[in-house]
Amino acid sequence: MKGFNFHSVKNVKEAKKLASGKSAFLAGGMTTIPAMKLRLALYSDIIDIKNIKDLSGIKVSSKSLRIGATTKHAEVASSKEVKRAISSLAHLADGIGDPQVRNRGTIGGSIANNDPAADYPSACLALNAIIHTSDRKIGADKFFKGMFETALKKGELIQTVEFQVPDKSCYVKFPNPASRYAIVGVYVAKYKKEVNVAVTGVESVVFRCKKIESALKSNFSSSALDSVKISSSGFNSDIHASSDYRAHLIKVLAKKAVAGCK
Amino acid sequence: MQKVSIEINGKKVSREIEDRTLLSTLLRDILSLTGTHIGCDTSQCGACVVHVDGKSVKSCTLFAADIHGSKVTTIEGLARNGKMHPMQEAFKKLHGLQCGFCTPGMVMSAVDLLKNKKNPSEQEIRDWLEGNICRCTGYQNIVAAVKEAASKM
Repeated sequence: MKGFNFHSVKNVKEAKKLASGKSAFLAGGMTTIPAMKLRLALYSDIIDIKNIKDLSGIKVSSKSLRIGATTKHAEVASSKEVKRAISSLAHLADGIGDPQVRNRGTIGGSIANNDPAADYPSACLALNAIIHTSDRKIGADKFFKGMFETALKKGELIQTVEFQVPDKSCYVKFPNPASRYAIVGVYVAKYKKEVNVAVTGVESVVFRCKKIESALKSNFSSSALDSVKISSSGFNSDIHASSDYRAHLIKVLAKKAVAGCK
Repeated sequence: MQKVSIEINGKKVSREIEDRTLLSTLLRDILSLTGTHIGCDTSQCGACVVHVDGKSVKSCTLFAADIHGSKVTTIEGLARNGKMHPMQEAFKKLHGLQCGFCTPGMVMSAVDLLKNKKNPSEQEIRDWLEGNICRCTGYQNIVAAVKEAASKM
């Protein structure tokens, strides 16, 4: 790995001051460090934000669940508050990578990285998340821009992710057996007035499947999806799954998610 | 350069290291604790698993500077007064290894599992060892060893 300067900061102001076009914030480092080792990423400064106290933790109210950016997957997976408010989110966190990755990886890091096959972006879209950064609030629908691309500007730091508590929800993924990233992942969230269905692993960036949403809006049951046809045009196709297979999986997993909603 | 102070296997150590030093590098190359193995070096195989502040992590994907002030336990820190840890005993007794390369990471992961779950089911053991890859055993005896250790601990 190429050399860099390591900085451990105590507050957001300090982190922002050190940030530049050649720096990266480090939380769990579960993607950043492998990318640096493979020389896919090169930074002159690594700014460790883990010791910023306000960035970690879980807060629940009747309407929303707020998770601090540096909260680890293992903490979300085992949190009683998360299980009570949005159990599907705890289940999602419990399926990321492996136990050692979950002991280090963070929610903020996951969504900032915006891997096309990551789990959390689908949760953000389905659960109407608001991403609170050091500078502003960004709705999830405006946050995920493209492959590994987000609305974050240079030096902008994610502080909290705020999820809207649904009536019921469920996340089902077909994991790659080696990496546990989603070959296809479908997050279904039912609210009083809307049904959100977010799909990950299928295109260059997470998206909402409007066809499934409108079918479920009039009839929230697995059988409502029988007649829905998903076109595979523009879908990812690789050694793990063809685009047609991914299109097929969206429907299968969406049905499972609807049936599993609680 | 960074000055890093860590407690490793109950012993305090302080070293001046390059900022980019990985925990696995610190352990093996600087402190000569070569029980921690580096297999894939891409955080997939789990041969490098150690405990940092009581939690299992992959030491090849951690900057040593990042864990300044932490407590680290490696495979060398499991035995007490020359007596193997029950998990090590179980791996030996049930032949939970062949070439032995993955074993340090496998044992460290399994010890972490039993901290949180006293009596894991076979499925729970297999799920937990998701991040530890063994190319020899086919995992049967590893799972059996973890079960055996659970019954002894």
